[in-house]
Amino acid sequence: MTDRASGTTDESPRRPSYGQRRRARIDALATAGTVDDQPGVSLIRSAWLRLRRNPVFLIGLAITVVFVVLALVSPWLAPWDPTARPLLDQVRPQSNPVPGPEPGHPLGADDRGRDLLSRLLVGSRQTLIVGVFATLFGLLGGLVLGTLAGAMGGWVDSLVMRVVDVMLSIPSLLLAFTIASLARSPSQWTLIVAIAVVQVPIFARLLRGSMLAQRSSDHVLAARSLGVKPRAIVFRHMLPNALGPVIVQATLSLAVAIIDAAALSFLGLGNPDQRQPEWGQMLGLAQRYISEAPHLAFYPAGCIIVVALGFTLMGESLREALDPKSRR
Amino acid sequence: MTHHPMGSAEPLLAVRDLRVTFQRHGEKAFRAVDGVSFDVRPGQTVGLVGESGCGKSVTSLAIMGLLPKRGNRVEGTAIFDGEDLLSLSPSAMRDRRGADIAMIFQDPLSSLNPVVTIGRQVTEVMERHQGLSRKDATPKAAELLERVGIPDPRARLINYPHQLSGGMRQRALIAMALACNPRLLIADEPTTALDVTIQAQILALLKELVVDTGTALVMITHDLGVVAGLCDEVNVLYGGKIVERGGRHGLFQRPRHPYTVGLLNSIPRLDAPRGEKLSPVPGSVADNLPWDSACAFAPRCPNVLDVCTQEQPGWDGDQVVGYRCFNPMGGPR
Repeated sequence: MTDRASGTTDESPRRPSYGQRRRARIDALATAGTVDDQPGVSLIRSAWLRLRRNPVFLIGLAITVVFVVLALVSPWLAPWDPTARPLLDQVRPQSNPVPGPEPGHPLGADDRGRDLLSRLLVGSRQTLIVGVFATLFGLLGGLVLGTLAGAMGGWVDSLVMRVVDVMLSIPSLLLAFTIASLARSPSQWTLIVAIAVVQVPIFARLLRGSMLAQRSSDHVLAARSLGVKPRAIVFRHMLPNALGPVIVQATLSLAVAIIDAAALSFLGLGNPDQRQPEWGQMLGLAQRYISEAPHLAFYPAGCIIVVALGFTLMGESLREALDPKSRR
Repeated sequence: MTHHPMGSAEPLLAVRDLRVTFQRHGEKAFRAVDGVSFDVRPGQTVGLVGESGCGKSVTSLAIMGLLPKRGNRVEGTAIFDGEDLLSLSPSAMRDRRGADIAMIFQDPLSSLNPVVTIGRQVTEVMERHQGLSRKDATPKAAELLERVGIPDPRARLINYPHQLSGGMRQRALIAMALACNPRLLIADEPTTALDVTIQAQILALLKELVVDTGTALVMITHDLGVVAGLCDEVNVLYGGKIVERGGRHGLFQRPRHPYTVGLLNSIPRLDAPRGEKLSPVPGSVADNLPWDSACAFAPRCPNVLDVCTQEQPGWDGDQVVGYRCFNPMGGPR
């Protein structure tokens, strides 16, 4: 076969022979694992190359993407206006407080005759907004405090960390509950602020710890030995290297923020406006009919769990991919 | 190698009576460096040799002003080019570091920032001290990498440290240290983390760079092989004090201090009969006596006399050659 192949090399372009294709395939396999040798492959890129092949990450990513897309397009996707009450005429407070599924209303309606599917879809928006913004603000606050403490050290570090310790010593939900109840008129911003405040000490402590580890690291000593200025040391040599665990924590925190937001609005501390549905709020309203219509609670609760699972799976596999010790 | 006549030029760095004391709150103070003095002349290579814990790294960090701010006290002087480095303000010292004095560390992987490309790390030094823009510094960085023997330097500029081999990383670190043509280079065990063939390459490179540029080099090592190949002057440290000093030929041919002899004897020899045991220096640094009232090495010393545990041995010699011992090998001179 090799003889024939060599004898026909000067022929016009033709399909590569079986042997050529096989060799090419093996070559591709042989170099598949050596991403580290390509020029310019950063740690983040090689983490991504590993993540791409991790089924756990892909499942988490799929769940997250599905819910984010649903939240974005829900106003157009929802079959009914979430505030309209198309099934109001079927609500019988005594015999049938919660109308069941019927054509056009696959999940039925709630106790006021509003289409449940539409409210779930539109509700994803509020829930995700609260989760994402709460985590974002918590992350920002934590970044500022953690960088300050880790970079300055001394009394700044002591002061920031004592505040953080005090905040961490209060159970997080209780603290969020307390902060949220301070608001005069509850809204989703109450939830965002309350949950963000609870997350700040977690991020601050995490970042401070990894900043301290960076501060005593050899490469920071080496940078200092070359006269690099303190500001550049903090922002170019310490912070980027300290961010890994914080980013992972942010992904995991999204799940916690969503659950906490649901818990707070379940307790009536969220947006009381029922024209803006939210899963936690729906869950709270469903309590009155938990024995007659458990599905009313089941659907929003299920959504919360699945979204939280999506973020957790993503965060966990991100942690694994960025952790050099768990690399296979 | 060219032989630099000792004592001819003005010293570039003159360390006098350097003392570093570590003091933690409520604990007994520990003196890591106890009155160390030595000179480094331009183009000269000076070795600081000793086992772990003898104070050699602390000496270099103290000179560089890199010891932690808290928990230690540095005394003495380190005159570099007419200025005492130990009394400079932190920002003045920062301007010196990397520009006039640079340092190379032991572990090349952990001494490089893992998330910044090699090119950026080299240009950063030049931007900092020479006021170059990144654009102007980049071709210079490529030249530097080429000078330290990194093949295909342009491609390596966009590499991250983990993509380079150990030897290449150490070369990149040397390039960073030499970026601003410092007059003094302190190398703290630069070859310890490398395998033997790479060690030889890196040492050859350092030797070449020192000869080419006239940079003075302080070589900190526990490896007498490194010293033999590289250093003009050797200082043997024990327990924070210099216990013997000499030119490399003199020191290796006629070591006087029993500790130097112990170090030399503990090197494995190719021509020794098979199965012969290595002869380590007995005991450990933990056995040390305080220098104030004895010789710290006395508990481990084969030549120990009564006086060794009662009095502190003085320096017997001059600025160039000498030892600190009551009962040196080969008898008193």
